[in-house]
Amino acid sequence: MNSNKIILKSDEEIEFMRAANRLVGMTLGELSHHIKPGITTLELDRIAEQFIRDHGAIPTFLGYGGFPNSICTSVNENVVHGIPNSKPLDEGDVVSIDCGTNLNGFCGDSAYTFSVGEVKEEVKDLLRVTRESLYKGIGQAMEDNRIGDIGSTIQSYCETNGYSVVRELVGHGIGRQMHEAPEVPNYGRRGTGPLIKNGMCIAIEPMINMGGRKVIFESDGWTVRTKDRKPSAHFEHTIAIRNGKADILSTFEFIQETV
Amino acid sequence: MAKQAAIEQDGTIVEALSNAMFRVELENGHEITAHISGKMRMHYIRILPGDRVRVEMSPYDLSKGRISFRYK
Repeated sequence: MNSNKIILKSDEEIEFMRAANRLVGMTLGELSHHIKPGITTLELDRIAEQFIRDHGAIPTFLGYGGFPNSICTSVNENVVHGIPNSKPLDEGDVVSIDCGTNLNGFCGDSAYTFSVGEVKEEVKDLLRVTRESLYKGIGQAMEDNRIGDIGSTIQSYCETNGYSVVRELVGHGIGRQMHEAPEVPNYGRRGTGPLIKNGMCIAIEPMINMGGRKVIFESDGWTVRTKDRKPSAHFEHTIAIRNGKADILSTFEFIQETV
Repeated sequence: MAKQAAIEQDGTIVEALSNAMFRVELENGHEITAHISGKMRMHYIRILPGDRVRVEMSPYDLSKGRISFRYK
């Protein structure tokens, strides 16, 4: 894992990143057509892996630190890193799917929280606020701002709406490796953290809980769930800083919302 | 995939090893080896056994840390 220097990417390299991230968006879109009550997260994993390979890319999660599948599927009180299994999804569930690709040597990473059938209003609101906080965070990602500005904005927006921000997991730089410097927390103080510069590629991924912010790392070594077992939402975009502003490389355009 | 954030904990220096490495006992009882951060090296801040310090650790290797601050 590159934890030291921030690697800046050229415009050509950013285009490779865009292709890898667009593929993640297409994969999430493909999965959105299959998400309905009764389907298992393992079936979704198979669909995703096949889709990624059919497009000439490698699923980066498979084997990463020993992760056994190509996507993370985190249902309801699971925050992130849920391992796909054969339990069918139920009406009213929310499932966040995180997906990563490696296309031509560059990594893509994006995530979306899907509603399965009809979902409670309060949960819909959590998803809406989390997604909006992602875009607010992206809006702070400009040259001469600092990484702390992103987290500070996400934190105040989510906490104002009564939700809590997970501290133990963070966004990250991304490039030829999935996890690079810097760490991009979803909380923080304005004006702190590394300076944002042109050529930086980072993945911003707010993980927001309906209840308290405490999370538990399960004994399978991967799954993270909320301590109070209330639902959690997770949305992630990979962005590049170009011409002083954020350029969103991943996309939700292919995702078909059923509701 | 989300990354696990670096962990900051406080501890006490147990012994000084060679090459600016120290054995630190964390508040939770664990003993780790930690090195002095470059910033502290640059400012000639000395660390002796018995000092209370703040240590940064990666969640991916909890046996090694970086001493980032010495308390008064």
